[in-house]
Amino acid sequence: MFGWEFPPLSSGGLGTACEGLTTGLTNLGHDVILVLPRPLPKEINGKLTVKDAQRYATIDLKRLKTIAIDSPLQPYINTREYAAWLEHHKQILHIKLDKQGELYGRDLFAEVQRFALLAQRAAIAEDFDVIHCHDWMTYPAGVLAKQASGKPLVVHVHATEFDRSGNNGANQQVYDTERWGMENADRVITVSYFTKRQVMEHYGIPDEKITVVHNAVEFTNPTGDRFAINKSDKVVLFLGRVTLQKGPDYFIKAAKRVLEHQKNVKFIIAGTGDMLSRLIEEAASLGIGDKVLFAGFLGKEDVDKAFRMADVFVMPSVSEPFGITPLEAMRNKTPVIISRQSGVSEVIQHCLKVDFWDVEQLAGKILSVLRYAPLHKEMSDKGLQEVHQFSWNDPARKCVDVYSQLQPMRVLA
Amino acid sequence: MVSVCMYFQVHQPHRLRQYNIFDIGKHQQYFDDEKNREILLRVARKCYIPATNLIYNKINQLGGKFRVSYSLTGTFLEQAQKYSPELIRLFHKLAKTGCCEFLSETYYHSLAALYNEEEFKQQVGMHKKLMKDLFGQSPKVFRNTELIFTNRIAQIVEQMGYKAIIAEGTEKILSWRSPNYLYQPAGTRKIKALLKNYRLSDDIAFRFGNKEWKAYPLTAPQFAQWVSADQSSHCINLFMDYETFGEHQWATTGIFKFLEHMPNEVLSHPNNEFLTPSQVADKYQPVGEIDAPYPVSWADVERDTSAWTGNDMQRSSLAKLYLLKDEVESLQDPEALEIWRKLQTSDHFYYMCTKWFADGDVHKYFNPYESPYESYITMMNVLNDFAIMRQKKRREMTASSLSDSEAELDTQAQESLQPEAALEEFQTQLVPDAVPELQESSVILS
Repeated sequence: MFGWEFPPLSSGGLGTACEGLTTGLTNLGHDVILVLPRPLPKEINGKLTVKDAQRYATIDLKRLKTIAIDSPLQPYINTREYAAWLEHHKQILHIKLDKQGELYGRDLFAEVQRFALLAQRAAIAEDFDVIHCHDWMTYPAGVLAKQASGKPLVVHVHATEFDRSGNNGANQQVYDTERWGMENADRVITVSYFTKRQVMEHYGIPDEKITVVHNAVEFTNPTGDRFAINKSDKVVLFLGRVTLQKGPDYFIKAAKRVLEHQKNVKFIIAGTGDMLSRLIEEAASLGIGDKVLFAGFLGKEDVDKAFRMADVFVMPSVSEPFGITPLEAMRNKTPVIISRQSGVSEVIQHCLKVDFWDVEQLAGKILSVLRYAPLHKEMSDKGLQEVHQFSWNDPARKCVDVYSQLQPMRVLA
Repeated sequence: MVSVCMYFQVHQPHRLRQYNIFDIGKHQQYFDDEKNREILLRVARKCYIPATNLIYNKINQLGGKFRVSYSLTGTFLEQAQKYSPELIRLFHKLAKTGCCEFLSETYYHSLAALYNEEEFKQQVGMHKKLMKDLFGQSPKVFRNTELIFTNRIAQIVEQMGYKAIIAEGTEKILSWRSPNYLYQPAGTRKIKALLKNYRLSDDIAFRFGNKEWKAYPLTAPQFAQWVSADQSSHCINLFMDYETFGEHQWATTGIFKFLEHMPNEVLSHPNNEFLTPSQVADKYQPVGEIDAPYPVSWADVERDTSAWTGNDMQRSSLAKLYLLKDEVESLQDPEALEIWRKLQTSDHFYYMCTKWFADGDVHKYFNPYESPYESYITMMNVLNDFAIMRQKKRREMTASSLSDSEAELDTQAQESLQPEAALEEFQTQLVPDAVPELQESSVILS
């Protein structure tokens, strides 16, 4: 399995999904070899060599072996962020770089290629039956490994370039890699029907080649009590990247509508992203600048506090392949309102659902949860019960089903 | 001798339209006439018309030996009259055969028996009058909404002059005993209880089309054999929703063929007969007592009232609704009274059930809303708008009885009550955080 972050650095996203799936698979008695990029240490003393950059570390646990390859690749990194990273490190690695040429790929795509070669080389020495990779940056590694081993390839789509770009300005090179990976795979797994439809429409992958495996969520640390805060105001929370994809602008518009009817409400936007300054301006121009608070990026503990402080959590995503944050909110006994344009809306029931563009409905539902106490209580109680029913063993079982349907390629003599 | 007694429940609620919180104070139409019409016509086409024609022909063909009974709710008959009058004529035709008994129930298929005794009696009276007006029958046997039954309900119904009451044959009141006899409800003198044989009833109503069921496909001779198996039985009560025929069990399952042949097969055993509930009550005597201090019903595996009163959303909205009785009556406004009563229909509260919700079972099938939360929001928005409507009517009333100068003052006050402002004002008043806990049994059993 070509995956990410083990153990995961942040909740939600690729790292969590890879960890969950790996745990589920090993629980079911399968062996997993996890090949993943390993972030470089923060402080580099300037003596890195090409050999250093090609090294990898192997950890062998009972059913799980991890092979970590040094690479700056990380989930959701984009070309701009990679270029910035490289520029930064060129300063630090100045001397060596001049002598040895480039340690890392000169751009994101070159680095993905470099990682693919190293990962394939490391993986191919191992014994395995099926190759499973997660999102586009690992597709080249997967395809190379398939070509070298003749073993079937499964690509797992957690998000597409269309989600990340919020439907405009999709990067052609990323799209091409995604499409090439899916076409070369023996089976495509998507995290929702929502994503399956996108894969069919935008990538031309046939229906029968795609299997939907919804993510799960498992919570180990206990939920604390509701955050005791002395507040006279009701709190409505948005938490996530402040990008077009997540629909924060609809959140602001709904806030305006709610505040026309009820004054004692604060709207909190937690997270950062490229839309932040635009949103601050919009809130001000709508005359609700004092009612919308921008909390910035929150660490794990603060996230839980924010959920507990909130009377309702809203996820108005325009395009959300799965979306794990509503489950985090429910776990903290906070009622959630989510957009129907999300994968998670396919698996949870104890919530309210809206179309992201329907600001009137969204505002109406926010007001309802704030005003009707029995509604708040029932959604909190039943929501908490619901999130605890998930187990990563279920998606793992579905993956095993997929594996068992695939045949290794006949290697020509 | 085995007397087979069949009763079919026919009901349609006045479903609410999606009433947005921003509509509060605008007094828009509460009920979704378009959807209600559509559903009634669909069910009429798939079930009511073909099933009623089939039963009518069967009665004639068997020379009056096949007998049935119906409980037709007021809310169903109102909609039938409005959208498909043919249905009323069909039931009227059936009434004239003398082989069809109409049962008594609350006009609005409400939970009034659990919340307000006086309201309960009034709704039963309204329904009784409707039966008399439409079909020339004065019902003698009572069935409560969803077969909700307690000792207290049996006692009230006895006082109202009924000779029998219908209930679920659940182990909760029968324990080891058979439902195939009459019983005497605790604390009553002579009213008799007919208990539903839920195994045989559900073989038709729920299991008939289930291919996983070991008795699938169920044939008429097989069923007749089950019915006749214990000749010491007095009565076998087959009670079910009428929609079983053609709507819950689609025509393609063969349910109409089954209904066509079953009466002949049952009667091919010489000791069998079909009787209506009144005839059963006249023929047999109770063999024991049943005790229902807490409500039992025919719903879900629990056979209790948790489908309507199981969560805070349901309990608080029901409590709020029933608290309005005096106030609504004091308005002496027929429109307000009718709205209040239509809102009492039990379906509105059934839609709010969160019990089995995530498992996606039968509740979801009957639910016009995306979720129980949506149905609760709709009900609360309507109740809040209704509160503003009543306040306006009250002002009109007092205004008309005041002197000119006072009336003028009041008009000013009325004008100041703009919808948006009213929303603000009333939301805070009407939706207190504390949920008034209303114990069903305490209302009835006090």
